[in-house]
Amino acid sequence: MKRFLEGSRAVAEAIKLCKPGVISAYPITPQTHIVQNLAQFVADGELNSQFVNVESEHSAASVVLGAIATGVRAFTATSSQGLLLMGEVIYNIAGMRLPLVLTCANRAVSAPINIWNDHQDSLAMRDTGWIQFYAENNQEALDLHIQAYKLAENKEIMLPVMVCIDGYILTHGHEPVDIPEQEKVDQFLPPYSTSYKLDPSHPITMGYLADPTCYMETRVDIQNALDRALKLIPQIAKDFKHTFGRDTGGLVETYRLEDAQYALIAQGSLAGTIKQVVDDLREKGKKVGALRVITYRPFPKEAIYQALKDVPNIGVVEKAISLGAYGPLFTEIKGIFQNRPENPKINGFVAGLGGRDISQETIIEVFTKLEGAQKDLEFIDIKKELLNGFIRF
Amino acid sequence: MNLFDSKFSTACPGCGQEIAASIVVNTAGENVIITNATGCLEVFSSKFPDSAWKVPWIHSLFENAAAVASGVEAALKHLGKLENIRVIAQAGDGGTADIGLQALSGMLERGHDILFCCYDNEAYENTGIQRSGLTPLDANTTTSPPGKKSTGNIRPKKTMLEICAAHKIPYVASASVGFIPDLKEKIKKALTIRGPKYLQIHCPCPLGWGYAPELTLKVGKLAVETGLYPLIEFEYDKLTSVMKIPEPKPVEEYLKLQKRFKHLLNNKQELQKIEQIAKTNIKNFGLT
Repeated sequence: MKRFLEGSRAVAEAIKLCKPGVISAYPITPQTHIVQNLAQFVADGELNSQFVNVESEHSAASVVLGAIATGVRAFTATSSQGLLLMGEVIYNIAGMRLPLVLTCANRAVSAPINIWNDHQDSLAMRDTGWIQFYAENNQEALDLHIQAYKLAENKEIMLPVMVCIDGYILTHGHEPVDIPEQEKVDQFLPPYSTSYKLDPSHPITMGYLADPTCYMETRVDIQNALDRALKLIPQIAKDFKHTFGRDTGGLVETYRLEDAQYALIAQGSLAGTIKQVVDDLREKGKKVGALRVITYRPFPKEAIYQALKDVPNIGVVEKAISLGAYGPLFTEIKGIFQNRPENPKINGFVAGLGGRDISQETIIEVFTKLEGAQKDLEFIDIKKELLNGFIRF
Repeated sequence: MNLFDSKFSTACPGCGQEIAASIVVNTAGENVIITNATGCLEVFSSKFPDSAWKVPWIHSLFENAAAVASGVEAALKHLGKLENIRVIAQAGDGGTADIGLQALSGMLERGHDILFCCYDNEAYENTGIQRSGLTPLDANTTTSPPGKKSTGNIRPKKTMLEICAAHKIPYVASASVGFIPDLKEKIKKALTIRGPKYLQIHCPCPLGWGYAPELTLKVGKLAVETGLYPLIEFEYDKLTSVMKIPEPKPVEEYLKLQKRFKHLLNNKQELQKIEQIAKTNIKNFGLT
């Protein structure tokens, strides 16, 4: 059934279809609409779930940790400072191999405080052992959550998944969205079942102390599970297409890359803008294309390499910066071509921090820059007159 | 069956917390799920691949035992199993009164059916005897050492019992490993009550307090008998019961057994302050 829905509502509809037994969250903009919708579903009896209103994001993450550890599917959502406050629990959930699904409504981080979109929050959680998906639009936001539970709960994986959706752009933007039938979702996603849980009839100890004789192996195990996820994610996307008839999710999306001389790489909703520009420039005879990184962790290096190996000029446009170094995705794209015969020119662009608009004109300009000198890091649309002007020492 | 197998525990000899935790789980019985904060108890009972726990037990982090327990309780409610399974959250004094206070307050305020046990050994013993919000006045810890300009810890214990009682929850109590039958009664009573419960158990620590391991029960007893650690119960913020001490013992009897108070024994002014704490407890709670 197609409905014209806000992204937050689309995510809430997806979660309702996945039937988590426990939901816990703490208010933060722009995530709030997601859990407000879920609270209403619970209040109306449409969703049989315990909705736990907590006193912080740290506790929200801890509540859902406890719920999954008891063998019950769970959900939480957050943004920005909330995700950072959860940080300690985020590591803990992955380390304990608990298959939580969390929505990150991507937002800039403080200071200065800013409620608008970029990817600095979820990028800060890059190294935690979580799987990370980035949705381009509301339909994919919905679909990815259903795929996320399927992936997280697979016995070969048993890791948490963060579905990242751009704050405001998707959370508050309306688009036509197809909501799958419950019956089909039930068929695609069976109830969560595990013997790895807190149960008095089979008591186990969870959250051991691991000394230097055994800690390191826990990290290798996660690494190996993430490697397996690289193979499973395309399979789940394929199964999803088979069940629901929609081609969403997967590792990467390639767009008009065949014979492309110039390609831009991006994540999330920005890819929509880039694809539009690609179409326009193609009409003018420019050989341009795009690559969208849907799965950021595990990092799909082989899929990216295969997609880009014939493109001589590559630009990475990202809404995050590893301050003092480069854009994080740029660094990793560069790494892919280390010791490879191809030696593409790779430019790094950081744009859209704190919600600054990235227009089609901006993207056209970025494509033009690919024809110029190679630069590791270039900030886009900077107001030079404001530099050194925000804080006076 | 002993639900806490001390064969797999690496606690120090005479550890009051080990005694208390063992009593809690064995009094509660098999049908429990325990969430445990980071701290001595967690470290000495769960070193991979061994575990002292014969019941389902989870350690997550330092400050979130109450929140993890809230999630366990919500999950049991969802499964329809909360009638038959008790949830216990446990933490040391730091994991309760300092870093864990916010999560604990949330758990109490939301009305979860959980017994929270604070094993109060009055300092961060696990990290090397640092001062916590439940360290008593003038105690010598590694971060509240006495010196030319200090007599030790500058503040009296945080009033955790009253703080918890102020949440108007069904049951708040203090207990001590010095009075084991009373401790067992309180655990049993707490577990018959639905809703949030808070039990703070005084757990002497030979290492941190500086006394011989065989004196743990004696030291625990004296804390109560001097009026310094009143054993009291609140129901919905009303004081409902106290353990009487008809003839309170002088506080020096308690203090002189412990190296953490050694620097006070010739300091009349500070001794008077501690005596005053005992007197105030005796008066406020009607202990005599």
